[in-house]
Amino acid sequence: MSDFLQAYLTVAVFGGTAGLLIAGVLGLGRLIRPSRPNPDKLTTYESGVDPVGSGFSQSQVRYYIFALLFVLFDVEAVFIFPWAVGLETYSYFGLVEMGIFVFILVLGLVYAWRKGVLRWV
Amino acid sequence: MLLNQFLLLGAVLFCIGVYGVLARKNGVLVLMSIELILNSVNINLVAFGMMGGDAAAITGQVFALFVITVAAAEVGVGLAIVLLIYRNRTTVDLDEVDLMKG
Amino acid sequence: MTAALLFAQVEKVATPKLDWAATAPLLILCGAALLLLLISSLTTSRPARGTYAVITVLASAFAIGTAGVLWARVTDAERGAFTTAAGALTVDGFSVFFIVVISLGIALSALLADDYLRRENLDGPELYVLMLLSGAGGIVMAMANDLIVVFLGLETLSIALYVMAGFNRRRAESRESAMKYFVLGAFSSAFLLYGIAFIYGATGSTNLGDIAGFLNANTLEHTGLLLGGFALLLVGFGFKASAVPFHVWTPDVYQGAPTPVTAFMASASKAAAFAALLRVFVSTFAEYRLDWQPLIWGIAVLTLVVGSVLAIVQTDVKRMMAYSSISHAGFILVGVQAATAQGVSAALFYVLSYTFMIVGTFGVATLVSGKGDEHHGLEAYRGLSRRRPGLALTFTVFLLAQAGVPLTSGFLAKFYVIGAAVDAHSYALALIAMLSSVVSAFLYLRIVVAMYMTDEEGAEPGPRVRVPLGAGVALGLAVAFTVVVGILPQQVVHWADRAIPVVLASGR
Repeated sequence: MSDFLQAYLTVAVFGGTAGLLIAGVLGLGRLIRPSRPNPDKLTTYESGVDPVGSGFSQSQVRYYIFALLFVLFDVEAVFIFPWAVGLETYSYFGLVEMGIFVFILVLGLVYAWRKGVLRWV
Repeated sequence: MLLNQFLLLGAVLFCIGVYGVLARKNGVLVLMSIELILNSVNINLVAFGMMGGDAAAITGQVFALFVITVAAAEVGVGLAIVLLIYRNRTTVDLDEVDLMKG
Repeated sequence: MTAALLFAQVEKVATPKLDWAATAPLLILCGAALLLLLISSLTTSRPARGTYAVITVLASAFAIGTAGVLWARVTDAERGAFTTAAGALTVDGFSVFFIVVISLGIALSALLADDYLRRENLDGPELYVLMLLSGAGGIVMAMANDLIVVFLGLETLSIALYVMAGFNRRRAESRESAMKYFVLGAFSSAFLLYGIAFIYGATGSTNLGDIAGFLNANTLEHTGLLLGGFALLLVGFGFKASAVPFHVWTPDVYQGAPTPVTAFMASASKAAAFAALLRVFVSTFAEYRLDWQPLIWGIAVLTLVVGSVLAIVQTDVKRMMAYSSISHAGFILVGVQAATAQGVSAALFYVLSYTFMIVGTFGVATLVSGKGDEHHGLEAYRGLSRRRPGLALTFTVFLLAQAGVPLTSGFLAKFYVIGAAVDAHSYALALIAMLSSVVSAFLYLRIVVAMYMTDEEGAEPGPRVRVPLGAGVALGLAVAFTVVVGILPQQVVHWADRAIPVVLASGR
């Protein structure tokens, strides 16, 4: 077995231990506790109102365009992080480049704003 | 030897993605499957990069960054198109989008 | 502390040299797109009609102008081809040729789009912005000297096209075509990307020059990775070029997309796909020609046969043209398959003449379809010669050119391509190409017959057809090119001959 895989052995041991622990605790509880089921105990909520209708209801998506815009701008940050780390080595060249990059992104945001996308509908 | 394991992971992800695109009817799940393929490529790129020298490693990693951003742009457009279809047809089932045939 | 002091402390990274003159066409197109967005974001009043189209056409014209200046520079024997932006872009005759082709595609499609958008009540700068950006992506593909750049160009081209296909969002067909194009397009570019990863793994580089150098200098012990990469790359490029068996999207998307957008897809987008195919396969993988040539041979045969046979059974003119564009892709592949300088130059000639023919064809389709972009059946063309003799004659020229009738650019394009195949000893392929052109001639004649030889009795006249200024200019240019180059091709052939792609290692 390679060193690389051996390093992962720890993870496997941890995982195994965790699994055993859960199985042991739950098994022990099952052995000790009394078991006298009746219909009331098996309902989802022992008190309160019974649920009506399907559990799946459609939530109105008001914010999907925000989500879309967020994903786009969020991912563009991928380029900004390496730039920020190496800011000093890139000197003015990097500064100007990033300026152009951000300008284009801002232009997109301004366009979205002017088109009324950012309003709550 | 290590390379093979990464390539295998990449190939498995790729196959799951291809299966998803071919078998799924839901537009959003198809998008997710495409993302899966792109991520399998990222794994391959970074793994191949690791095997080469420093210069090659940088190529692979930079390429992976580009793939991530392009994938985001693609999914943005894709979701917008799925929503456009949904608003008019109230379905995201790709098999039902079939006005044109032949 | 001032910024200068801060920066003085550390070692600077050598910044890549950017040749402004060489990247000017790209910068002009992107700049125009940003300008249009800026105008539409910051002004509240509507500009004079046609402003957006004029800006787009001017930008393309400037791009072609700067390309002309570049051409003088790269064909100069002493200076020759060079790379810029740290070896990411090659500037050679090939790049300049495709800058011109793609810019022409943008300009002509924008002229068609101008009236279309007003007619469909969709007027705004967005379609032009997307067209310019998409075209810029295509140019990046043609200039790319690095597989990363090929991929970025392809995605810029495609993502804008997905949106353009669904631009007429009130038409169900348009929305549907956007969805289909997106799913299949994203799928195929994922394949392409996987192929790039394989090539990178096999050769240790993504730079085309370095890959070519590596393949020349070394004999690979295991070629599996490389050959797998070839196959996957072919899937990606074949999809964009709509080659069989990666063509299934073509009829639906060509039919559903707004007609000016279809014109753009068939001209600029197809040209860009072939540009990348030629540079990557014919030039970069020249060493492994014997491995990929049979693949292209098979794809070319399938494309020729399927395209021309299925075109005949269609009733919708846009669908017919979609299948016929598949068969034209087959002809260009015949030139690619030859993998000789002659084959490349024949393919280039074909791409340029096809750009004019197909934009003209879809231009006429835009006008005939009428409000709502609905009338694309053959019956809409019935008796067009009586209602609009000029338009009918124009359409006839494009159809005959596509059929390959002598005295049109289409004939010479087919002639050169088949000639290149014969000189490369691909006799079978040349024969199949000739047969398929005979078969598809039937299709074009069917439309011509519908326009000229239909008795009015019983047949209700088609919708009234109006020819607006912009579309008129585009059609005029396309007819002029098709006929003039059909008779006097020397200059264009001369250009195509000098536009053979070169691959340069990143050091130069």
